[in-house]
Amino acid sequence: MPGPQPVEETKVTSVQAHPAAPLLHVSGGERSDRFFKSAMTACGLAVLGVLVLIVYELVSGSRLSWHSFGFKFFAANEWDPVNEHFGALPFIFGTLVSSLLALIIAVPLAVGVAVFTTEMCPKVLRGPLSFFVELLAAIPSVIYGLWAIFVLVPLLGQRVEPFLQKTLGWTTLFDGPPVGYSMLAAGIILAIMIIPIISSITREVLMVVPQHQREAVLALGATRWEMIRIGVLRNARAGIVGGIILGLGRALGETMAVTMVIGNNPQIVKSLFAPGYTMASVMANEFSEATGDIYVSSLIEIGLALFLVTIIVNALAQLLVWTVTRGQPARGNA
Amino acid sequence: MPESTASAVRHSVPPISLSRRITDHVMTGVAILTVLLVLTPLVAIFGYLVYRGIGSINWAFLTQIPKPVGEPGGGMANAIVGSALILGIASVIGVPFGVGAGIYLAEFGRNRMGQAIRFTADVLNGVPSIVIGVAAYALLVLHRHFSALAGGVALAIMMVPTITRTTEEMLLLVPQALREAAYGLGVPRWRTTLSITLRTATSGVITGIMLAFARVAGETAPLLFTTLGNSFWNVHIDQATAALPLQIYVYANSPYDDWHRQAWAGAFVLIVLIVASMAAVRYAVRHGSFGAA
Repeated sequence: MPGPQPVEETKVTSVQAHPAAPLLHVSGGERSDRFFKSAMTACGLAVLGVLVLIVYELVSGSRLSWHSFGFKFFAANEWDPVNEHFGALPFIFGTLVSSLLALIIAVPLAVGVAVFTTEMCPKVLRGPLSFFVELLAAIPSVIYGLWAIFVLVPLLGQRVEPFLQKTLGWTTLFDGPPVGYSMLAAGIILAIMIIPIISSITREVLMVVPQHQREAVLALGATRWEMIRIGVLRNARAGIVGGIILGLGRALGETMAVTMVIGNNPQIVKSLFAPGYTMASVMANEFSEATGDIYVSSLIEIGLALFLVTIIVNALAQLLVWTVTRGQPARGNA
Repeated sequence: MPESTASAVRHSVPPISLSRRITDHVMTGVAILTVLLVLTPLVAIFGYLVYRGIGSINWAFLTQIPKPVGEPGGGMANAIVGSALILGIASVIGVPFGVGAGIYLAEFGRNRMGQAIRFTADVLNGVPSIVIGVAAYALLVLHRHFSALAGGVALAIMMVPTITRTTEEMLLLVPQALREAAYGLGVPRWRTTLSITLRTATSGVITGIMLAFARVAGETAPLLFTTLGNSFWNVHIDQATAALPLQIYVYANSPYDDWHRQAWAGAFVLIVLIVASMAAVRYAVRHGSFGAA
């Protein structure tokens, strides 16, 4: 005999169930085990069930609007509750523009912070720095909005927007009166809100890059920046893109802060100084006051559209991050 | 290594050109600049919040209900109680389901269905809170009326994915040998899972619960058309209820200075609540045996 055999799990369970082992016999063990397993399985299935339920409620709630407007709902420019003409295009436009604006601002900053914390930062600063960035993620949306109303919007209206108009007015992106409540304000507050998500996922992904990759590039005589560019960023590309898309998903669905600063005017204009309206904002503002079935149904259909878009965006991001971190959830704030 | 060889090696490597060295320094500078740019709004938001919040908070704010529109004075006591009620409902529903689903994934979920649930939980985590609010509205408000229960259910749905995934991670960290030791003593599987595995991972599981709690504590969007808000006291789960984030939102958009002041006070109370639960998480992580994710 070459030493004691490792006890296999099957043997353990067989001992437990065996009637010839009276000391180990626990009455009803089998049955309560089965009960326990089905109770836990039910909890697991509840997670699936909730998603199915959400889809069902959104689909059945938006049926009326779908039958009345069809595909034109997403192409029509008019939002007129009084005459019951509903078109979602201005909201789709507002959601896309504000989110893209947020990404343009947030991505370089977030990646920069992640690179700094993983590759350049002295060890002492690393902990506090990532804690502070995660603190940004813990601030509720409504508090961002509150701050934006009283600090960001006046600052934009009095200082930043006149300045942009003077220097970059020729682009026609900055036309109109600089009042502060604008697409630009929404983009900036969204950027501040999604930086922590993008940066903490980028950091996780960068930390998975094997140390010998860095050492190999350094051994070839690279400077630190060349090491980061060739040895780290290039290897982590897929994961970083995943983090960015996850940030996009958050920006698309963000409601309160945006609603408080975007100006809430359903229109499609080129100027970033003009007020806009997003899909999430119109639901936040009009849902509890919506009168008439078709009005409510149209709002639910906007919700369904937003749901589908964020599901696709998040699933894509999840897959990208999974390929890098091998099955760990992509979380912004844990 | 003899010194002569070392210097020989050093000489054989061509010197790094000036432009490459400059690029290196410039990029370090850019990275530091991004950190400063990201920290600026954080400091600005926290600084301004503490400054306005501490200046605005008073005894009346914490003990009285709102005065009629436009009248100064009054407070948010009913909203604080309402928030506690809604968060209580959310925790009572969300925690058992979340932990149960986590146990399923860790103990029985090494199969295709487990994978599907895992993916669903991660996707559910990314569903915008307002959409969950719409679903709760269609489910619990549309043919009935606004209630604290509807808001609690919406928040519970948001808590479940976070709790599920952290519980699973924490249970998987518990060494297999502990489970085998329990099986070896004839302990049935369900008791092993509950009294050995889950017990060992308690601090980690609580971390997940607190993270989920902190995340939904400040949620406003799913409450807008589920609990609706209320200017008076309410502790009935089937009635419209005031909530702290809702009240902050309404007051911030109002034209009255005194309501602005109270919005800041409310925001301060909310952030203290959230930071306290995050600090509790950090404490649990540092002092628990299986806290580190």
